[in-house]
Amino acid sequence: MSGGAGEPLLSLRRVTCAFGGLKAVADLDLELPRGTLAGLIGPNGAGKTTVFNLIMGVYRPTSGSILLEARPIEGRVTCTIARRGVARTFQNPRLFSELTCLENVQIASHLHCGATLGDSVLDTARSRKEERLILERSRAFLEEFRLTRYAGEKARNLPYGDQRRLEIARALATEPTLLLLDEPAAGMNPQESEALMHLIHDVRSRYRLTVLLIEHDMKVVMGICERITVLDYGVKIAEGTPDAIRSDRRVIEAYLGEDA
Amino acid sequence: MLRRLLLGAATIGAVWAVDRILVHGLNPYYYRILVLCGLNVILALSLNLINGVTGQFSIGHAGFMAVGAYTSAAFTVYGVPRWFGVTPESGPLAAALPFLAATLLGGCCAAFAGFLVGLPSMRLRGDYLAIVTLGFGEIIRVAILNIDAVGGARGFAGIPQRTDLAWVLGWCVVTFLVIRNIIRSVHGRALLAIREDEIAAEALGVRTTRYKVTSFVISAFFAGVAGALFSHYTYLHTNSFTFMKSIEVIVMIVLGGMGSLSGSILGATILTALPEALRFASADRLIIYSALLIVLMIARPQGILGHREITLRWLRRRGAP
Repeated sequence: MSGGAGEPLLSLRRVTCAFGGLKAVADLDLELPRGTLAGLIGPNGAGKTTVFNLIMGVYRPTSGSILLEARPIEGRVTCTIARRGVARTFQNPRLFSELTCLENVQIASHLHCGATLGDSVLDTARSRKEERLILERSRAFLEEFRLTRYAGEKARNLPYGDQRRLEIARALATEPTLLLLDEPAAGMNPQESEALMHLIHDVRSRYRLTVLLIEHDMKVVMGICERITVLDYGVKIAEGTPDAIRSDRRVIEAYLGEDA
Repeated sequence: MLRRLLLGAATIGAVWAVDRILVHGLNPYYYRILVLCGLNVILALSLNLINGVTGQFSIGHAGFMAVGAYTSAAFTVYGVPRWFGVTPESGPLAAALPFLAATLLGGCCAAFAGFLVGLPSMRLRGDYLAIVTLGFGEIIRVAILNIDAVGGARGFAGIPQRTDLAWVLGWCVVTFLVIRNIIRSVHGRALLAIREDEIAAEALGVRTTRYKVTSFVISAFFAGVAGALFSHYTYLHTNSFTFMKSIEVIVMIVLGGMGSLSGSILGATILTALPEALRFASADRLIIYSALLIVLMIARPQGILGHREITLRWLRRRGAP
């Protein structure tokens, strides 16, 4: 893999997240080396989205630690973790639906903006310069994701597949190092998910990202992921390359039942 | 920079000229309505920042206004004669600077109150936040009612009348420019993101808590300024700052269109002028007023302008064909 060898970008160490008596995630160890495109799969209710929420600081792990670039992030608030370079998309797209596509991306481009509130109020030269930069960057992102024709359109008016693309564009506009995609292909037809696979693959190499994705569409997962982790009832039951996972007994049992 | 200074000077000159013309050329009753319109425009624009742009729900705006009104009045009555040597009998020019200071002080005290009220917005949203702001507004009012130094239940007398249309219009312009510049900027978009989807905004690294408190602080500042202008204009009593006043401002921004600045200006103007225009109907006035509001909300639930703005470009396009 490209980038700094040695320590992984993200590592979860014996992470447990319990809601009352229910362990949504139990003793999970997970390592993401820099530049990997990894998949997280498992039957419904296996705890996949909970893992995302733990990484993003939506939930606090009951025990265990989460390290991003060797620094602990568990217990930090979501926006701090986002500012450290983690971006995510949601299972159901959470766009700013009353705002335009351009504004959606502009909002995400704020992280590297040096204009203070005072600059904005006084409309200073610095504020104007930063606004221009943000606008250019945002337009470039829309262009890259072939969303330019929707720039002035409200996000809620977009077709579903384009909404998903916009959400990924918006996540990338924060310039993350780690991208978490929660079921990016959900609700897409086979052509759309095929195109999405290529998009994720491209984006990963172009932005030197590390990607972790949750997906039910096995074609997508097996097609692009280099490593796959399988969860069942919050426990990791398998980990490895797509080929190894495909033939793993415990995985087949988890998906199809014990007699299969 | 020079251009801006010139523009600023020109605005001040224009506002002053308008005031001079109207004060002589207009019946005092209409002049008074214009001043009240201006005060309500400041209140509506500032509340719009919290309720319309950031999507929080505050019904304590009258409380911020009261803080500004009473602190500035106390400053003028107790502080100004001692520190500035300006008495109620001094002319308007000598009094201008201390009055500006009083207004700014009122705004800053209200902003501090806004900071305190904004803090619970970290944990509360929707109805719960609304109740906190409501409670805050009432606490302020009742507290002032029991401070004898500012008149208590008798009302605060002896405040020199410094406010005229020029001051009010000037502050309208400042309020509008500040809030417009914020909305158009990276910070304004962060506020809009909070309104649209707080969880998504947070996941994009927007410091939602900080922004929510900031919007309370800025909004409260201008409410305090409006309060200061109010207390130097007319009889000051806590009855002017009941919960009904907050509701009135909310109705203005809902009517004009939440999130639209031109909507707030329109809503504030209509709702100040309408009760006066309906005076011919004497006793039935309030019934007609309420009925009009109901009809309007049924016809245009998003408010007169919705999210849109009346801009110069829009006006030109309409005028072109």
